[in-house]
Amino acid sequence: MRKGTLRQILLITDGCSNHGEDPIAMAALAKEQGITVNVIGVLDQDVMDEHGLREVEGIATAGGGISQVVYAKQLSQTVQMVTRKAMTQTLQGVVNRELKQILGSNISMEDLPPEKRGEVMEIVDELGETVELEVLILIDTSGSMKTKLPTVKEALFDLSLSLNARMGDNLFSVFVFPGKQEDVEKILDWTPKLEALSSVFPKLTSGGLTPTGPALRQAISHFQKKRSLRSLIGRDESYFEESSM
Amino acid sequence: MGVMNPILKNRLCKLPAGTVIVGKWHKQAYKIVKPLGNGANGAVYLAESKKGLVAIKVSDSSTTITSEVNVLKRFSKVQGAALGPSLLDMDDWWDQKINRTIPFYVMEYIKGEDFFSFIRKRGKEWLVILVLQLLSALEQLHEEGWVFGDLKPENVLVAGNPPTIRLLDVGGTTLQGRAVKEFTEFYDRGYWGLGSRKADPAYDLFAVAMMMIHACYPTKFERKENGRKQLFTMIQADATLRKYEHVLMKAIDGSYVRAMDMKRELVAAIHHDVPRAGIKQSPSRKQHHKKKRSGMIETAFIVVTLLCMYALYLYGQIL
Repeated sequence: MRKGTLRQILLITDGCSNHGEDPIAMAALAKEQGITVNVIGVLDQDVMDEHGLREVEGIATAGGGISQVVYAKQLSQTVQMVTRKAMTQTLQGVVNRELKQILGSNISMEDLPPEKRGEVMEIVDELGETVELEVLILIDTSGSMKTKLPTVKEALFDLSLSLNARMGDNLFSVFVFPGKQEDVEKILDWTPKLEALSSVFPKLTSGGLTPTGPALRQAISHFQKKRSLRSLIGRDESYFEESSM
Repeated sequence: MGVMNPILKNRLCKLPAGTVIVGKWHKQAYKIVKPLGNGANGAVYLAESKKGLVAIKVSDSSTTITSEVNVLKRFSKVQGAALGPSLLDMDDWWDQKINRTIPFYVMEYIKGEDFFSFIRKRGKEWLVILVLQLLSALEQLHEEGWVFGDLKPENVLVAGNPPTIRLLDVGGTTLQGRAVKEFTEFYDRGYWGLGSRKADPAYDLFAVAMMMIHACYPTKFERKENGRKQLFTMIQADATLRKYEHVLMKAIDGSYVRAMDMKRELVAAIHHDVPRAGIKQSPSRKQHHKKKRSGMIETAFIVVTLLCMYALYLYGQIL
């Protein structure tokens, strides 16, 4: 079994997009390219407005990922949990596809008798521990998100703590939107050390527009760029989607 | 509860008493009596079955159920240990009300009291005794290559007579060397900035120290800038904790490689044998007292010996 790489976009936002393409369409595009999109909606008061809530769920569903709406305070626990859960979900999908190939029929782990599931689960666990992971974090800095940025930063350090405890390698990259000049701005390129974020984070300024769709589009292409660079130096790694196992 | 579909979450957390859960594969029936608790990934209920009262865990995710069952199966192989509840069944239930399959597993129902309420009721002297028991259980678990992970008072039950601790909720139980599967911030050394989330025995021992601190400071507190200093100050400010300062700080710093080492030093600290750094007030006076008394015994011994020798000498002279 060859180990592939899991690719995830983690979108942290507090509301609705109001500029550019439909973010749900962009999430669907990501999914088609083997990138899972997870969304964390950060609450200001007790409720998120209906429209914002629907968008958060819509993006995650279209992106094949998980969404969760939380208060800023719970952000650390949530960010790491959503990421881990989404990994397991994706890997389970991969293992289910493998099962289908072996057993021919349309079978998934849930169709196996309980006694047989244990071994399948151990494979999923093992993969979750050892697989390489690339997470692109996309942070909404518009409007009221500004006050929550210190909490977001803390949650990201916590995420790297959880992921770096795994045996597999991790790469992180961080984008914010809106950027100073453009819709979206890269503040951290692919690195195994999310801690490098410290120095860039305090300098962020918040803008008025919320271009979630364009930000997602750029995030997807950032994965592509990395891949084409890799194929240039001849160590291209295939997606799980492309029968890498 | 964690990341879950809201309708399903609502259903799982609020199964009414009397609901009958029937397994699709093994055809066993379980009648819900009352809820026992909500975990991060599901809910646990007390239920009636043919074999008597049982605890049943339902979840939205087959993954969660399967992983936990895997751990419980391993636990059952560890003989004579009060590790987890024993596993009785695992199955799927077709819930007609929401038209979904709900995976579940059934385990032994342990009737007991949670760690903190037991101590509150029976007295603080139980804290260290229960902790010693906990350390023995952890030692066994670690020997088998596991780390409990989500160790917190809610997951430690005190049951039976004599009161004995049992570990519940194996959702966080992780193979050593891997990333801890599930944890609670307050008891997590990563949250306190005092170590990684890689599963090693010291990870659990940190949580044990936090349980002891929390037992003496019932109101939950949050981490400040320097976690270690904050905890150290709190330990020093509490009479009970101060007694175990040396052991607690070693657990917090991750200096114990084995639960047994921590247990040994904790026992020693109970008997004031451990040389402690830092402040020495009332305990040191007691030590002094003991020394004085043993000095008197020594003197008496010497006097008696001398008297005996003198008596022998006189006896010899008379003969």
